[in-house]
Amino acid sequence: MSLDKEKIKHVAKLARISVDEAKVESLTKDLNSIFKFIEQLNELNTDKVEPLTSILNQSLRSRKDEISDGKIRDKILKNSPKENEEFFVVPKVVE
Amino acid sequence: MADITNQSLNKIIENVKTKKVSSTELTKAYIKNIESAKKLNAFVTTTFDQALDKAKQFDNKPNFDQLLPGIPLAVKDLFCTENTKTTAGSNILNNFIPSYESTVTKNLWNNGSFLLGKLNCDEFAMGSSNETSHYGNVINPVGDQLVPGGSSGGSSSALAADLTPATIGTDTGGSIRQPASFTGTVGLKPTYGLCSRWGIVAFASSLDQAGPMTKTIKDCAIMLESMSGFDEKDSTSINKKKEQYSKNLKDNIKGLKIGIPKEYRVDNMPIEVDELWEKGKKILKDLGAQLIDISLPHTKYALPTYYIVAPAEASSNLARYDGVRYGYRSNQGKDLIEMYEKTRSEGFGDEVKRRILIGTYVLSSGYYDAYYLKAQKVRQLIKKDFDDSFKKIDAILTPSTPSSAFKIGEKTNDPVSMYLNDIFTVPVNLAGLPALSIPAGVDKQGHPLGLQLIGKALDEQKILNIGYAFEKNCGFKNEIKKWWS
Repeated sequence: MSLDKEKIKHVAKLARISVDEAKVESLTKDLNSIFKFIEQLNELNTDKVEPLTSILNQSLRSRKDEISDGKIRDKILKNSPKENEEFFVVPKVVE
Repeated sequence: MADITNQSLNKIIENVKTKKVSSTELTKAYIKNIESAKKLNAFVTTTFDQALDKAKQFDNKPNFDQLLPGIPLAVKDLFCTENTKTTAGSNILNNFIPSYESTVTKNLWNNGSFLLGKLNCDEFAMGSSNETSHYGNVINPVGDQLVPGGSSGGSSSALAADLTPATIGTDTGGSIRQPASFTGTVGLKPTYGLCSRWGIVAFASSLDQAGPMTKTIKDCAIMLESMSGFDEKDSTSINKKKEQYSKNLKDNIKGLKIGIPKEYRVDNMPIEVDELWEKGKKILKDLGAQLIDISLPHTKYALPTYYIVAPAEASSNLARYDGVRYGYRSNQGKDLIEMYEKTRSEGFGDEVKRRILIGTYVLSSGYYDAYYLKAQKVRQLIKKDFDDSFKKIDAILTPSTPSSAFKIGEKTNDPVSMYLNDIFTVPVNLAGLPALSIPAGVDKQGHPLGLQLIGKALDEQKILNIGYAFEKNCGFKNEIKKWWS
């Protein structure tokens, strides 16, 4: 299959990345060449193959439901581009 | 006095222990080297004052029983370091100062070492040449026009140029082994789960693994021992007893069965790569190992599988960079959605955006089965190839890369040709196995080439032993002229 410009703009929307109109052309070309490469997988019949979901021979551990951390609000806010005392600040969402 | 930095890590540790050199002298020598090697652009951040303080503390109260006594180390800028900027090679993290330390670096510091600086890398470890970094290309000390490999390109360059006695990188599809091969150094990608991923900027979580990059196999064993170990904070960490890789290093490989896979060839592969592989086989055979022809029939599907799985995981992992809680925020967007879109568009570079788009697409409604599920199935087949082969062999020998270091700019316009560089390294990540790249020779231009040893899961000791025996008998010497200083 091939990706057209509209499809790419839609995917970019899903990924929350604005794409410069001037770059859509070259992006389309690059992505199509990558997908052509990826689609070699269609040569293989995988009807009877179980998908691999973990490469580890172990299941997830369980742990006690205990608080092991906390009270680090200032540390968490320290890297925020914009904060107001105890909150992250974003552009207005509701009127 | 002779150059105290132009040595193996093991030798440097010995010199510290026998008080031939103090930690402060050592640290000052590396700082001097780093300051005269700015052309290589291997560092994003240096922490000299902090390092000198730590060195002084060590010299005042030395503990020589540690694995890395008073050793300054620079690490890839993908490891979060407490109170030291961590960028992952990206503009989107250009102001990020972690309030925590990654488990792997913490392990290194607990063994007596301390931070010298943070090394440049491809943005979010996505690249094979260190050309996607927001902080500029890194130059390979082997030649001023050559890439150092990637994504751990700052690491390989700094190591080969004596700017750090050893280092660590991360390897999602070859990002330790390929740069090691390009710079004539040793690089190990451990078994998935051996080194904690906690505190490492995530790229593709089912493939990412941290590992050592060193000048010798012995150094590699010391570093692996120092950095590995079970970590509660990583749900995929393997809970097993710690091994003493350096103490248990042996060069007797008599009777070991080494598999030679017929699929590890590409069209137009330089003849030197084939010749080097032959040389490698001969060395191991002469040491008493038995060579066995094997087949890993799904090898050619590893890269296409990787370019579904890795971008899919990356698109999920990188969703966190939204300009709200940390990192770069664009001041362009007029509402929340537009702020996200502008932040991510300005914050990420082209390769990262490409991979996020691929990942978003293959996971999107209506395409999941055709791409992601298909890739997970093929990944099963690739793993099964290895499982079947390892029933009759101890390790596998292959070339590390299909060529030596290429020129800066040579492959940047064609993403697929760049991706093909990882053709021999990617299958191992998909199968979660350990693999070691060992410098083995040079091509016609005199550029280093490496061979790769792949082991069974958790069989690091065995591939290190084979590498150790190989190194002693290979006669490779990394002759790098310090043209940059």
